[in-house]
Amino acid sequence: MLRLFTRKRLNNKIFAYLFAAAFLAAAMLMGISIGTVSVPAGDIIKIIWAEIFRLTPDLDPMHTNIVLNIRLPRVILAGLVGASLAIAGAAFQGLLRNPLADPYTLGVSSGASVGAVLTLFFGISLPFAGLFTLPLFSILFSFITIFIVLWFARKIDRSMKVETIILTGIIFSSFLGSLISLMIALTGEELRQIIGWLLGSVSMRGWDYIKIILPFFAIGSFLLLLNSRELNAMSFGEERAQHIGVNVHKRKMIILIAGSILTGAAVAVSGTIGFVGLVIPHLTRLLWGPDHVHLLPLSIFTGAGFLILADLLARTIISPTELPIGVITALVGAPVFGVILMNRRSERRG
Amino acid sequence: MLKIEQLTGGYSQTDIIKDVSFSVSRGEMFGILGPNGSGKSTLLKMVSGILAPYSGSISIKGKPIKSYSAKELARIIAVLPQHSSEAFSYSVKETVSLGRYAHQEGWFHTWSGKDEEIVWQVMEQTGVAMFADSLLHELSGGERQRVSLAQALAQEPEILLLDEPTNHLDLSYQKDLLDNLKGWTRNTGLTVISIFHDLNLAGLYCDRLLLLDRGRIKSMDSPNEVLREEQIAQVYQTSIQKQPHPKVPAPQMVLLPETEGNQTEEKLIDESLLQVSDEYIMLRSPQHLRTMSSGVVGSGIGWHRNFINRHVGKDYDCSDHRSEMADYIKKLGFEPGETVGMMTAVFLEDASFTFLKEEGFSILVVVTAGVGNAVDASRSKVHSSELVPGTINIWMFVNGELTEEAFIQGIMTATEAKAKALHELMVRDPLTGTIATGTSTDSILIAATQHGSKMDYGGTVTPLGKLIGRGVYDCTLEAVGKSRKRVKR
Repeated sequence: MLRLFTRKRLNNKIFAYLFAAAFLAAAMLMGISIGTVSVPAGDIIKIIWAEIFRLTPDLDPMHTNIVLNIRLPRVILAGLVGASLAIAGAAFQGLLRNPLADPYTLGVSSGASVGAVLTLFFGISLPFAGLFTLPLFSILFSFITIFIVLWFARKIDRSMKVETIILTGIIFSSFLGSLISLMIALTGEELRQIIGWLLGSVSMRGWDYIKIILPFFAIGSFLLLLNSRELNAMSFGEERAQHIGVNVHKRKMIILIAGSILTGAAVAVSGTIGFVGLVIPHLTRLLWGPDHVHLLPLSIFTGAGFLILADLLARTIISPTELPIGVITALVGAPVFGVILMNRRSERRG
Repeated sequence: MLKIEQLTGGYSQTDIIKDVSFSVSRGEMFGILGPNGSGKSTLLKMVSGILAPYSGSISIKGKPIKSYSAKELARIIAVLPQHSSEAFSYSVKETVSLGRYAHQEGWFHTWSGKDEEIVWQVMEQTGVAMFADSLLHELSGGERQRVSLAQALAQEPEILLLDEPTNHLDLSYQKDLLDNLKGWTRNTGLTVISIFHDLNLAGLYCDRLLLLDRGRIKSMDSPNEVLREEQIAQVYQTSIQKQPHPKVPAPQMVLLPETEGNQTEEKLIDESLLQVSDEYIMLRSPQHLRTMSSGVVGSGIGWHRNFINRHVGKDYDCSDHRSEMADYIKKLGFEPGETVGMMTAVFLEDASFTFLKEEGFSILVVVTAGVGNAVDASRSKVHSSELVPGTINIWMFVNGELTEEAFIQGIMTATEAKAKALHELMVRDPLTGTIATGTSTDSILIAATQHGSKMDYGGTVTPLGKLIGRGVYDCTLEAVGKSRKRVKR
């Protein structure tokens, strides 16, 4: 049943982009429209139109305020975080030839959290970086973490089996998680703020956070998109990629750095949101094939749309209380993770 | 094309390849052999640039390998891996297209019309074009191997490196692949360097072979020189025998299994195994015998266990005697493939046999003879070449091991003894009136158990030759004598 579907996917690239873009647009409209006060879709478009062209239309000022200052930045931030995590996950999966790899399972998100919590804990502020101190530290720590995880996995098992990498990631996640707990225990104050941030949320962040993540998202995605052919080659194995003519060492480094930039920046603005980087690339690949030239940009759209919807669900499902968004992504993601793992096992047996 | 000098290298500071030097020229098909762990794959990894050597140099087209970028190298060298695995299900065309990576320029690698053309061309060449839109995991092992080959060819390489390319392939695919490779080396000047597990395939297709033994070059030469029994046996630590290929001038190596001979109890071939009736003389051997014969069925060189000398009337229709004889053997309940069958018009009770023993070996000789169509070989041009059932059929069974040389010499000795017996009996060629040397349709069989003492030669003055000479001479005299008596009566 799936085969006919997957065979068709090859010729439907334009349709794929249209579909993904439409999905993102619909998710954004829903994200802005739905809430304690609902704003009709038509009004949203008018408000944004007016804002862009500096018009003063005849609209409810409260709606304008909700859309422009609360929901629009929240939706955009959720979109950027989702896009960052999804494209980073797609890249990690291709690089490690491992459909179970993502920033969360590899422990990179935890690494970034440690960096962020350390920054908050010691009140570090780099004079030249200002607002960017937090993401820079997150990025640095995600980068260090991915290297230690991969180094450690290679030490255990030269062939770097899927399970080894995941297990190593889990070990590091737990270890880094307890480091964070330790720091939280030591702070006492600001406790709830850090925990709330850790569980992951895009609420009440405002336009400032978008300014933080946007440049990192742009740089990271750009670097990955430049390496999409190399990712195709490397999903046949590093040796094979080298034979085909890929400078594996250099390209791998660029991809790992780009992945860390994306993860670190996403964690810095929204905390650890798990499984987006796992589920989205997987579903996108299932729909439109594994070719990274298309998989990476399509994952940006689907990842963004997915996280906007997850956030919408998180804040409306038991309204007025807000769930942490990480709860929703984990509820969706963990079962998918299980299914992938099970398919891999039965494939190997069969 | 490729020059390697004093190459030493391996993993984690242990030398796997030690001081290896060789060069391969354009259009050559070069095979690398060696037992497991001898460093074949390590050597190939260094040549393909994956593994940096500890010392020594590799130069390609006159420039050191290190001076090439990964892309430049991929435009010269392509590698066909032993097996390919992909994490995700790419389509065949996507996979083959990756081979164009090294030829694409610019940040986003624009796909040109030439790329498209070459991808289709190599997919046609390797016979995977019809799968272009299929997913890799839907294909069989052999098809996937061809996709990998197409990917490597899409690189438009000048040198193709292969690691046991025929592994996991069906016999026909093995042949197709190697035929193609050989063709490309001749037609397009492609240089092929390949690791082989199968010595025989290597010997058949390669221009030169390199035999590695624990990381060092044991031998490097033409297949015939490298594939020498004692050398291969020593390097691979196993017993092996070399034989010529029946159709092409290439050596073939065969394994000698340990179990045979130890398990089957050795049984002497002697007259007690002979069954003589009006219709046939038969010998059923408890084990297969190595034979060289000119029978109607099972002739040539082979292994057989049933031996039948069948009486047929003088009016036997010989138009399709081979299949008729095979049917006859089947009717008796034997496999024609395990049987050497001969025919004679002679009455079988006139057969003569003798068992002769010598230190360490023995032979059984069985002869049926009639001289109705006797011929003097030196004047045989006066005879027409029609075939009638054979009249002097000689069987020799040797309890001992014979070299091929001894087989041939045994046949010579037997023939000489037969001719001498006819001379002694003054058997004349009816057409020329001169002394005959045999009859027009004689057959001969020499069979050996290939156990016991080994005989290198079978010439007239060797121990084997002496028994053959005596046995065949005596039996022929007796058999011809009996048949003459019958004619007189």
